[in-house]
Amino acid sequence: MSPDLIDLFYLLAAILFIIGLKGLTKPRTAVKGNLLGSLAMLIAVVATMLHQDVLSVGGLLIAMAVGSVVGVVLALKIEMTAMPQLVALFNGLGGGASVLVAGAYLAGKEFSGKVASGNSFADVLTATAASGLIGAITLSGSLVAFGKLQELKFIKDISFPGQKLLNLVLALASIGFGYLVATQPQHAELWFWLMTITSTALGILLVISIGGADMPVVIALLNSYSGLAASATGFVLNNNLLIIAGSLVGASGLILTRIMCDAMNRSLWAVLFGTMQGGGKALSADEVYTNVKSTSADEVAMMLEVAQTVLIVPGYGMAVAQAQHAVRDLTNQLLGKDINVLFGIHPVAGRMPGHMNVLLAEADIDYDRLKEMDEVNSMMDQIDVAIILGANDVVNPLARTDPDSPIAGMPIIDADKARTVIVIKRSLSPGFAGIANPLFSADNALMLFADGKQAIVDINKALQEG
Amino acid sequence: MMQLLNLAFQTEATTLENGVAQATELASEAIQQSGGASHLILLLTVFVLAVFVGVEIIAKIPPTLHTPLMSGSNAISGITLVGAILAAGGDNGTWASILGFSAVVFASMNVVGGFVVTNRMLAMFKTRK
Repeated sequence: MSPDLIDLFYLLAAILFIIGLKGLTKPRTAVKGNLLGSLAMLIAVVATMLHQDVLSVGGLLIAMAVGSVVGVVLALKIEMTAMPQLVALFNGLGGGASVLVAGAYLAGKEFSGKVASGNSFADVLTATAASGLIGAITLSGSLVAFGKLQELKFIKDISFPGQKLLNLVLALASIGFGYLVATQPQHAELWFWLMTITSTALGILLVISIGGADMPVVIALLNSYSGLAASATGFVLNNNLLIIAGSLVGASGLILTRIMCDAMNRSLWAVLFGTMQGGGKALSADEVYTNVKSTSADEVAMMLEVAQTVLIVPGYGMAVAQAQHAVRDLTNQLLGKDINVLFGIHPVAGRMPGHMNVLLAEADIDYDRLKEMDEVNSMMDQIDVAIILGANDVVNPLARTDPDSPIAGMPIIDADKARTVIVIKRSLSPGFAGIANPLFSADNALMLFADGKQAIVDINKALQEG
Repeated sequence: MMQLLNLAFQTEATTLENGVAQATELASEAIQQSGGASHLILLLTVFVLAVFVGVEIIAKIPPTLHTPLMSGSNAISGITLVGAILAAGGDNGTWASILGFSAVVFASMNVVGGFVVTNRMLAMFKTRK
């Protein structure tokens, strides 16, 4: 196939990627959008296989078959609760592929030919360095994120004095090696792999100290990086399709990152390099929890019986307890009794953007019932019972009232303004922000101390018997 | 006389020919050089415009679809597969081939797994009407 024809197919693929991504922004068109994206990828791959320089077609088909089979098995076997890990893992693989392609370019004949000709081609080498640097950070950062989400034992929250300084040194070293890649073509390979080592270490250190509730930001940011790495590879190989597809992904990741940061009222900088701002005069748990009233499943069932509208606010705890199917049964039972059920989803609930929505969709809960924070807050006065299931910081009224609190200014779901609030939680332990939640001892709040799933099952049973 | 004229003509012709050849060479060199520089600008243009397209498309995404959007776009970032195929498929020696083939395996896991898992998730987002 002639190069021009291949480029035309690439153009077609780029258009399909754009239309496909557009489809992904609406529930009704999303399935089709995803299929269009995969069709675009197929076109791109087939056109590339027909390139005159591609010789070992058989070997390539085997390699692709191996990767595809592993990918499909992972994709079909994974539990929906483990989705954040899988996304992180795939992300890392994409970043790793960019590093390897850039490395292969430096080891290849085209490159050695260019070096021998003595022409300057710093632009291509800069792109190669960028591809390796971003790719390596994406790879190692994503794998650490995977380990943390999977709760692998050997990965702990590590932070030590001088960590920021070490990060800075590693970042400068990576950029320095990258500069050497661009300016010393004869030794480019050596500098490239040294740079890969330092940026891999940087990726590990950047992500290892980032804690649970900040994970959605990290995952979105790494998603963006994997796109940028692909784009950089496009500059190396002089390939428009890589540049376009990569930058689309880079842009979408950046937007998600911003949405996540806004939803926590924290800057990206604070998430990546800082810990939570220390609260000035935070009240201790003993001072806050003076008025905690606990309740039972039977009592909750009675309250639900007489309610007209029930709001459920899920958090990461629901995912941990795998309570989503029990929640579905409760929802159906309440709907059967003509009680309206809504879900209030905070943008950063869970460990990945949209995490709660996926879990509830898996349990077959109609997505029309899932309401965004603003919508829920505007109708809070109509809510008779709000059930907080495994959420904490995202319903902490201190965000509104205490300007000194670490979560000050963070938009929250105003569950405290519902008529009655039921908090299902194992204990009074604080959430990620490490602060006490006055909601738990509010006059209209009752605590149901139990495992999330068990509590919902018990309420269900009580409702059936009552 | 005739011969002399002929010779002169020939010389003139050859110099002219040489001149043209030289000019063409210079011109093509200049084009190549300026083409080299402006080519980078061209790629940058494509990159920047595509970023804008991406921002425009994604800006109004509903939170319900954040996860599928992420895993779907993640699969698209596996477009590095195209680069991997070019790197692995060429006649580039053992080391480059090893790197290239590993990249093909990684990227195809990313691509195929990403699209399949996105499809699986999206299939769950159905309203019961």
